[in-house]
Amino acid sequence: MRKYILKRLVISLATVWVLTTIVFILVRLMPGDPFSSDKMTPEIKANIERYYGFDKPIIVQYFTYLNNILHGDFGYSMKYVNQSVNKIIGDSFPYSFDLGMRALSLSISFGIVLGIIAALNRGRKLDYVCVVIAIIGTSVPDFIIGGLLQFFFGIKWGLFPVAQYHGIKYTVLPSIALGFYTLAMVSRLMRASMLEVVQQDYIKTAKSKGISKFRITYKHQIRNAIMPVVTVLGPTVASVLTGTFVIESIFAIPGMGKYYVQSVQNLDYSLILGMTIFYGAFLVLANMIVDILYGVIDPRIRVAGK
Amino acid sequence: MEKMLEVKNLNFSFHTYGGIVKAVRGVTFDVNEGEVIGIVGESGCGKSVTAQCLIRLNPEPPGFFDEGSIKYKGKEISKMSDKEMRKIRGVEIGFIFQDPMTSLNPTMKVGKQIEEIFIQRKLYNKKELKDKALEILKMVGISDGERRYNQYPHELSGGMKQRVMIAIALVGNPGIIIADEPTTSLDVTIEAQILDLLKDLQKKLKTSIVLITHDLGVIAKMCDRVLVMYGGKIVERGMVDDIFYNTKHPYTSGLLCSIASLETEKDEELQPIEGTPPDLFSPPPGCPFAARCEYAMEVCYKIMPPEYEITEEHQTMCWLQHENSLDIKLPCKKVIKGEVF
Repeated sequence: MRKYILKRLVISLATVWVLTTIVFILVRLMPGDPFSSDKMTPEIKANIERYYGFDKPIIVQYFTYLNNILHGDFGYSMKYVNQSVNKIIGDSFPYSFDLGMRALSLSISFGIVLGIIAALNRGRKLDYVCVVIAIIGTSVPDFIIGGLLQFFFGIKWGLFPVAQYHGIKYTVLPSIALGFYTLAMVSRLMRASMLEVVQQDYIKTAKSKGISKFRITYKHQIRNAIMPVVTVLGPTVASVLTGTFVIESIFAIPGMGKYYVQSVQNLDYSLILGMTIFYGAFLVLANMIVDILYGVIDPRIRVAGK
Repeated sequence: MEKMLEVKNLNFSFHTYGGIVKAVRGVTFDVNEGEVIGIVGESGCGKSVTAQCLIRLNPEPPGFFDEGSIKYKGKEISKMSDKEMRKIRGVEIGFIFQDPMTSLNPTMKVGKQIEEIFIQRKLYNKKELKDKALEILKMVGISDGERRYNQYPHELSGGMKQRVMIAIALVGNPGIIIADEPTTSLDVTIEAQILDLLKDLQKKLKTSIVLITHDLGVIAKMCDRVLVMYGGKIVERGMVDDIFYNTKHPYTSGLLCSIASLETEKDEELQPIEGTPPDLFSPPPGCPFAARCEYAMEVCYKIMPPEYEITEEHQTMCWLQHENSLDIKLPCKKVIKGEVF
């Protein structure tokens, strides 16, 4: 197991390195540069470029950058004057992370429960209710759900604040809006998986032992049915975290999304790079954790990983 | 000998989109204490459904009891609620499944799967449970039980898994074990081992066994009495010797002639039974085997033959036994009892 984790760690680092290199080249291939503007004189521009090290050959810039990020330094933003990229991420990421995790835990737990309820009541009313929820969730985009939630729960009924992020009450609507799609998807997956597992021979074996229906469901059926859900967990983390960009702007949450979008528009090289690498590293880590989790639930995979 | 199980005129059917499938049609048999009884027949003849009826493992719905009764020690099984049934399963009647590869839960330790029978009955504490599991593992011939106890099914070989399945069926010390093709998915050497094990344990524990198989070799090796099923009906029944040496039903005879044995010559052709089993959506009014039977007469297609008694133990459902029919000597197998083909 330790060897497996070590192997995964090395692969993860390599992935992040490849990502860094590609983004480093791509941002410099974009037309224009961060300092072009009408008022800029060639002397000042040369000065600024020297300050940021742009006068040096690109290969030197690249290795300097690699060296810096190995020391945990993403450099200074080129548009937000005197703000380091580290600080911008440090200030905004906690909001995005908090929102993302709330949305994830909400959607996965409710999605699984909903899927189980639907499967156990297959073909009955409760099943159809769950199916309808799932269809709405997968087909209505999150910004519309967000808007609807704001309108009904925020403005019409005044139950929750419409926007911003100052406390637990503020987190409710954006978490639901962000997690709804995942919830729907997980519930569909869980339902299908439960119905497949119930056909398996070992469920019949369990039945032949004279144990209760409840125990068969939670000891034999759910644990085996949950595997496909764990499989999609990695990509799901990615989709929820990138989904925060839209939701953050709808709910006026000071998360990373705003900075990320603006950094691309501004050609703020160091901010684009810093945020992309940070996100990339985070997703790679999330996927690694999911893979390890996979082995914990299914012993067959544990052995394969040894 | 005490009668453990009495099955009388059992009819079991399934609702399907295409209509009602009459899987089992009027099956009657008894199982005595300490007896091994074999049910043999080809795929789709209703033998597995019959077996699963005995502890109500068929999905209900779509399956349902048309009529008939199943009595275990005098208690009517076909009308029991799920709760009452749970008291029977595992401790009164054990079940061994066909495919050990898929019949064990892949995410649960072997030991836990064996103990599970007792867990809800709250008979033993944790330590006693484990001792019980280790004891039964030893009994089914798994050495190194302590290690196996903590392993998952995928860490065991196929034969080992079937031993675990037998352990699960036996650990509750049931009066009857139903073994539904217990060796079909195993290779021949392992098959012989598993059959020996079953036979030994059966003698030691004095359990009755209902053995479902399509392999007459297994029947010859294991059973005291045999039921031959075809098209949801029992077409011939008798002691093993009656079935092998004094075959009275053309289907049984066909089965015997289609087996290759060690004595079969190189260029000798095996005799298959031509045709396919009857459609159980609308079974024929007469003998289900008539369409494939080389001795079929007009009456066979129209009227269901009654059960003719050859001896007290040996009965067959065939018009050939009628006093007006031709006297035909059916070919039967010259085998030494106990030989595995």
